[in-house]
Amino acid sequence: MERKLVSTLVAAAFAGLSGPAAAQISDGVVKIGVMNDMSGLYADIAGPGSVVAAKMAVEDFQKTSKSGLKVEVVGADHQNKPDVGSNIARQWYDVDKVDVIVDVPTSSVALAVNQITRDKGKAFLVSGAATSDLTGKACSPNTIHWTYDTWMLANGTGNAIVKTGGDTWFFLTADYAFGHALERDTEAAVVKGGGKVLGKVRHPFPGTDFSSFLLQAQASKAKIIGLANAGGDTINSIKQASEFGITKGGQNLAGLLVFITDVHGLGLQTAQGLIFTETFYWDLNDQTREWSRRFAAQNGGRYPSMVQAGVYSSVLHYLKAVEAAKTDDGTKVIAQMKAMPTDDPLFGKGSIRADGRKIHPAYLVEVKKPSESKGPYDYYKIRATIPADQAFRPIDQGDCPLVKK
Amino acid sequence: MAAVLHPGTAAASAGETRSLRWAFAGMVALVALAPLAVYPVFAMKVMCFALFACAFNLLIGFGGLLSFGHAMFFGGGAYLAAHSAKVWGFTPELAVLFATACTALLALATGLLAIRRQGIYFAMITLALAQMVYFFSLQAPFTGGEDGIQAVPRGKLFGVVDLANNYAMYAFVAVVFLGGFLLIWRIVHSPFGQVLKAIRENEPRAVSLGYDTDRYKLVAFVLSGTISGLAGGTKALVFQLASLTDVHWSMSGEVVLMTLVGGLGTLFGPVVGAAVIVTMQNYLAQLGAWVTVVQGAIFVVCVMAFRRGIVGELGALFRAKKPV
Amino acid sequence: MDTIFGVPTQALFGQLLIGLINGSFYALLSLGLAVIFGLLNIINFTHGAQYMLGAFTAYLLLTKAGLGYWWALLIAPVAVGITGILIERLLLSHLYKLDHLYGLLLTFGLALIIQGVFRNEFGSSGQPYPIPPQLTGGQNLGFMFLPNYRAWVIVASLVVCLATWFMIERTKLGGYLRAATENPALVQAFGVNVPRMITLTYGFGVGLAALAGVMAAPIYQVSPQMGADLIIVVFAVVVIGGMGSILGAIVTGFGLGLIEGLTKVFYPEASNTVIFIIMAIVLLLRPAGLFGREK
Repeated sequence: MERKLVSTLVAAAFAGLSGPAAAQISDGVVKIGVMNDMSGLYADIAGPGSVVAAKMAVEDFQKTSKSGLKVEVVGADHQNKPDVGSNIARQWYDVDKVDVIVDVPTSSVALAVNQITRDKGKAFLVSGAATSDLTGKACSPNTIHWTYDTWMLANGTGNAIVKTGGDTWFFLTADYAFGHALERDTEAAVVKGGGKVLGKVRHPFPGTDFSSFLLQAQASKAKIIGLANAGGDTINSIKQASEFGITKGGQNLAGLLVFITDVHGLGLQTAQGLIFTETFYWDLNDQTREWSRRFAAQNGGRYPSMVQAGVYSSVLHYLKAVEAAKTDDGTKVIAQMKAMPTDDPLFGKGSIRADGRKIHPAYLVEVKKPSESKGPYDYYKIRATIPADQAFRPIDQGDCPLVKK
Repeated sequence: MAAVLHPGTAAASAGETRSLRWAFAGMVALVALAPLAVYPVFAMKVMCFALFACAFNLLIGFGGLLSFGHAMFFGGGAYLAAHSAKVWGFTPELAVLFATACTALLALATGLLAIRRQGIYFAMITLALAQMVYFFSLQAPFTGGEDGIQAVPRGKLFGVVDLANNYAMYAFVAVVFLGGFLLIWRIVHSPFGQVLKAIRENEPRAVSLGYDTDRYKLVAFVLSGTISGLAGGTKALVFQLASLTDVHWSMSGEVVLMTLVGGLGTLFGPVVGAAVIVTMQNYLAQLGAWVTVVQGAIFVVCVMAFRRGIVGELGALFRAKKPV
Repeated sequence: MDTIFGVPTQALFGQLLIGLINGSFYALLSLGLAVIFGLLNIINFTHGAQYMLGAFTAYLLLTKAGLGYWWALLIAPVAVGITGILIERLLLSHLYKLDHLYGLLLTFGLALIIQGVFRNEFGSSGQPYPIPPQLTGGQNLGFMFLPNYRAWVIVASLVVCLATWFMIERTKLGGYLRAATENPALVQAFGVNVPRMITLTYGFGVGLAALAGVMAAPIYQVSPQMGADLIIVVFAVVVIGGMGSILGAIVTGFGLGLIEGLTKVFYPEASNTVIFIIMAIVLLLRPAGLFGREK
């Protein structure tokens, strides 16, 4: 219950001395709205943990900044429904004087908030949502897409696996727009890398029983079974694949959208050998370890997902930009964010492109065997690092109207 | 069949008609003044759902048929209006009309199947048909799957009035809502409505009087579905969004709840019920899944102890004071 | 290799077998619905939630009390059945004189409450439940690898279904039950306590749902929403079969599982709508359902 209180009630107000910068700040305070799924499917990857991450960013910013900026963090639950999300966004902007909305997992909700933010001239920092349309067709001068996207997942995983010998694929695709996009992008990466797609099957979404489709995948004799689905569907497919002895038969599963929390839920026994791509892992270096332990201490012992790390990193950069631009006008701050290089302990040095895409390296990880793991959350072996300039979709291929050709 | 389902039967005595007229005048005044007091988008949401609930009530309150699949008309209308406005560039009034016309066809097709059974079966069949529409919306390319149809332009009414302005949009929604409400009022008190009520009270007797009851039920079903589509199409323009939420079975459940809370078979009940439930969702939204629990609890309380709903109870109180 | 419409016959057997597994759940659930409907004349919308309760009882027994699958198989149906009895006594029994639709609305509300509470408590993501150690592994049947647990599900549900059928159609107790369905007043006059029989029947039907939930736990994840969508499919199954006969519910359940399994091979896109399409066709041709009687 405690975590719900933290997230749903106004989270915290950080009082500081009002300095000269405050003159340009609407009503003297920068209000950050963390909107995500607080109780549902994505509550673990984002949820109350993202509120914790945003608050940590505010604290860390205020420790080093001298401007005395007043910052307030509020949270809300969009229940993964675009209409609920757009309702909250409108009320936040129109009534509650929120200046920036962050996180917003679930692509449908993120796209809705993206549009409203643009209409109202505010700022939107996406961490939780996957769709690469946010920096493509739907790109906006008021939005930055921070942590990851579908193109990067598909390309990273597809390309890297083909390179390491997994050159024949069979896709298990959730039969809706998101699954199709993931399958299409991964297939392109596989074929480009010289691999072959032997077949694909579209499963109903959401599905519970994947055995029939897994049998078809097994019969295809493909080396890699690509799971172009998400959340519970991915988890169930992985479980059932292990039940039907598919991984024992020599075929490997490639998850296209898997988070550390999913691995935690599945357990290493079932998840071992799974290959996928992430942009953040707590055990990368001393800085990430230090931050993650601090985070876990405030988040009931749960380690950060890449989405939560992205919330921290994006809020920190946003506040730096507000300070530099001396205003909290959404369009101006986003322009300032793009103009400044990014630097934080979690994603290192990076930059933001004109289409709103934040650029940083990605990591191809493989889930450890139970015998290799030293304890909770010691889950990944880093198989490859994809450099920042190759990890994301080239800027000229996204059809973003903001990019001049 | 025990005909206890319709406690708040709207008898059309002269006195009642007069008080209904007063109530309607009050509602018009409320609609006109609401944007001064509350957030206009919220008020528009209430009106869209109120119209939806009134349409639903036409079927259960006056026809005695409980549909558990009305989300297919509401959501279908939303998708059609959104698609025609966004992709084909229809003006808002055309988009809504197009959505309404198409939902009428959908209601005809599903109605032909559903009215073949009664009572509980009818509820289950409509639920199953709506689930089919849900899966269709999930998979069909034009609906955008999980993303829904986003960034729907509100457009210019008749090519002139820009509805991007919340107050202009409000006026449009108010006209649609009040127009739809008057239409339902008219239907209920028409000879057709009287036959419908007769069927509800005692179908075999209506049959023996020579009425083709199946045809009456079908017409009621189509009318109800069509007006639901109108409400859904309007809602899509208000929120500039049509999504799976609108076609999901929980939406069908919500409209049942609104009607039940307000009062089955009363003209104004669904409006009051929709206002209560939408307001509740708005203020309890932060509680996440508890909203479902609260809704469930309201269902149970209404069914166990409060079957006449708010308006039905008020009406009973009113009638008790004034012995006829 | 022999093929049917381009699909190897061997693979087809595998798919049929898998269809049968899903059919087991449809059969168990629609059987429970049919039993309840027969005597109470209500459609139990809470059925999906009670199926979920069964799975959660198993999960909680394991994590809180350390009691494994076999205990859960015994305890969960009884425990959930008792909650069913309470629901019937405290709430449903007050509605029998009203239109049956009120029963439907009440159980729908209860389903919302139960699912909401569990979602608050456990979140939407599923909780894992292990396959009992005795049934891990599987048999290589030549055309497919059949996990032992799935084989057990088919056998167990067949046994339960047939036992229920036998009890209702062939024993004296079942005779009273059927008689009470036709004419409760008369049976009451013969000295049978009909209200108690109704209560126990509801408890039994609910127990069947919980049993299905326990059996489902190791296959699917234990999650608050697991019954919500399933129950709509089961409603369609019930409409197709017609609620007249117990055997009808069982046969339709297994049969539709098979048909769904085949759809997954030939046209997977339609696999979650096929049952609804069949329902529409059956309604056109035989409105009372395949095994139903027009009342």
